[in-house]
Amino acid sequence: MALSRLSLRSTTFLKPSSLRRHVSTDTTPITIETAAPFTSHQCDPPSRSVETSSAEILSFFRDMARMRRMEIAADSLYKSKLIRGFCHLYDGQEALAVGMEAAITKKDAIITSYRDHCTFLGRGGELVDAFSELMGRMRGCSNGKGGSMHFYKKDACFYGGHGIVGAQIPLGCGLAFAQKYSKEENVSFVLYGDGAANQGQLFEALNIAALWDLPAILVCENNHYGMGTATWRSAKSPAYFKRGDYVPGLKVDGMDVLAVKQACKFAKEHALKNGPIPIFYLLVRPKHQTKPLSSLPIMQILEMDTYRYHGHSMSDPGSTYRTRDEVSGVRQVRDPIERVRKLLLSHDIATEKELKDMEKEVRKEVDDAVAQAKESPVPEASELFTNMYVKDCGVESFGADRKELKVTLA
Amino acid sequence: MAARIHGGAGAGAATALSTFNPKKLVAPSRTNLPARSSKRCIVAAAGSDASKSLRVGHSQKLIANAAVATKAETSATTGTGHELLLFEALQEGLEEEMDRDPHVCVMGEDVGHYGGSYKVTKGLADKFGDLRVLDTPICENAFTGMGIGAAMTGLRPVIEGMNMGFLLLAFNQISNNCGMLHYTSGGQFTIPVVIRGPGGVGRQLGAEHSQRLESYFQSIPGIQMVACSTPYNAKGLMKAAIRSENPVILFEHVLLYNLKEKIPDEEYICNLEEAEMVRPGEHITILTYSRMRYHVMQAAKTLVNKGYDPEVIDIRSLKPFDLYTIGNSVKKTHRDVPTPYAGTLEEWTVVQPAQIVTAVEQLCQ
Repeated sequence: MALSRLSLRSTTFLKPSSLRRHVSTDTTPITIETAAPFTSHQCDPPSRSVETSSAEILSFFRDMARMRRMEIAADSLYKSKLIRGFCHLYDGQEALAVGMEAAITKKDAIITSYRDHCTFLGRGGELVDAFSELMGRMRGCSNGKGGSMHFYKKDACFYGGHGIVGAQIPLGCGLAFAQKYSKEENVSFVLYGDGAANQGQLFEALNIAALWDLPAILVCENNHYGMGTATWRSAKSPAYFKRGDYVPGLKVDGMDVLAVKQACKFAKEHALKNGPIPIFYLLVRPKHQTKPLSSLPIMQILEMDTYRYHGHSMSDPGSTYRTRDEVSGVRQVRDPIERVRKLLLSHDIATEKELKDMEKEVRKEVDDAVAQAKESPVPEASELFTNMYVKDCGVESFGADRKELKVTLA
Repeated sequence: MAARIHGGAGAGAATALSTFNPKKLVAPSRTNLPARSSKRCIVAAAGSDASKSLRVGHSQKLIANAAVATKAETSATTGTGHELLLFEALQEGLEEEMDRDPHVCVMGEDVGHYGGSYKVTKGLADKFGDLRVLDTPICENAFTGMGIGAAMTGLRPVIEGMNMGFLLLAFNQISNNCGMLHYTSGGQFTIPVVIRGPGGVGRQLGAEHSQRLESYFQSIPGIQMVACSTPYNAKGLMKAAIRSENPVILFEHVLLYNLKEKIPDEEYICNLEEAEMVRPGEHITILTYSRMRYHVMQAAKTLVNKGYDPEVIDIRSLKPFDLYTIGNSVKKTHRDVPTPYAGTLEEWTVVQPAQIVTAVEQLCQ
């Protein structure tokens, strides 16, 4: 690590300071300790030393800055009534989306709730597709028919984008089941919030996933508020990572992108290394076969301790159930982007000015995307009836007034 | 009594004629209608009521008779063929599809080692193993959701509800996810699941186990619903449903599982969107489906003796609704008697043949 620092310094001396220094794209591995230790349940926690590189940390900064800017732009678009309906913003939680991506591949599946804009971006989604979808335009990732809560990206194994709290959990276990069925060496990350953690279907799905040894990793994004209700008011035991009982769990500082990366990497390795334990079917009479007791389930629960700056959605000011001091306090002490900035500066990977320039670039990128999205046309009326059925079976469908709108789904 | 058309409708009315899939596997359709007219009829949305069974009626005898009657009426297509019971036909269809496509899997309570509570999946676990015939714990919401999630990636799960009433617990998954994901993802994901299970009035099964949920599911966009009534169409619909890219809910009936019929040896599927002409006639059209078909055929015999010529159509496809067949029929006869699956006490719950006869006579006056 010291050597790489020296080499950086030497290049600085060689180039005149008036020219913009080329920001480090060094991929030599460096090791950084996470800010806080992991708390584990039914397993040994991973090491606090995270392997990364300058280039990677820089990419974290850029990606998180882009996500932050996107959410702020969405905020102002909503206020100017270009985005309507529900809009749930993710700013403050960027480290989760970015850290997870760093640990996995695009073949691993992710499924999340309605707070999905940044996850979509992390999966490789384009800014212009995101804004178009938010504004209900054809260019949107779901052709404008989904909206804020229904972002999907099939080629990157991003399965959305779900409005009903907790309903994505069984879906996510189904994804893991399909991965096991097809014998793929991939895992599924199933994201849900502290509010959804009290849903019955979580425990139903958890039971099946553990029983059938599915490569599912349940990730609880604990931002401490289920809309307006704090965790201490809704959960008797807010230790969400322990709720799996026999399922190993890990509590992670979700504002530290490196900790998130480490935890996700750990979980994926655990799921794939231990391998699914085959369910034996003993063809022996009498009928009551006993399955050999499996050892630790391969699935895990990761609880990410994170925070959202905005309210639950755009219609929630976010200040009736928490103080402004609390929000600004978290922003000062735990902001994920600031953390990475400090890391970059202290390790001399980039200068203050370079980071500011990068932020300016990102801002421009976002503004351009918004402008482009605004140009995108709204869906045609005929789009109302497409994608109802696959190979729409000749059903005739009407709009609100039969005389005005009548179409055969074909 | 003015003639009226009974039907269920989803978002708006539905005329359903998919271009009949010209697979060579399809056996000749049993309808004998001429070329379909393009005229449309307006359908009033109507729902069927849940039925509550209390006392055992003498339906047992009726069903047995009706089954025999049907067997005699619907001639086997060819001389060869094999005889089996309805649940065996379902099993055959399922097994053939599982042989044909490794993506097909079955999940449900007691479908595997136990062989299925109505023996529809008997022997499949031995043949295909535990990964393809999955015994789930009792959590309808979760395993239905899992089936839908697996379908998003390309698997073709067949989800069995031990009783249709239990699927109410999974209604959120069926309605919000199964029905809507294809639409809200802009066509990115298809959900080729089949959700099947028995429902309907049985033998003193109690109120909660005797529900008919067609009307609840009718309002969900994006799903197809079919109801089988004979071993022939049970196997055909099961196969078609599994092959369909759309989510299909296949309604079976507890009391029909032991119906016996001869079905063709060669492979065939039934069209998911088509109704079946059971008995062509001139005077009046009677629409029916599932178990009521047998009551209607019983009534038809009486009517014929009294000099009427009823046309009986088994609508089979509940969503989308095959209005072509029905429309043509009603245009021919100008009269229609719906037989909804109504619900009061057991005998009055199920429309009895005598009542059907009376209704027809009233209409024909």
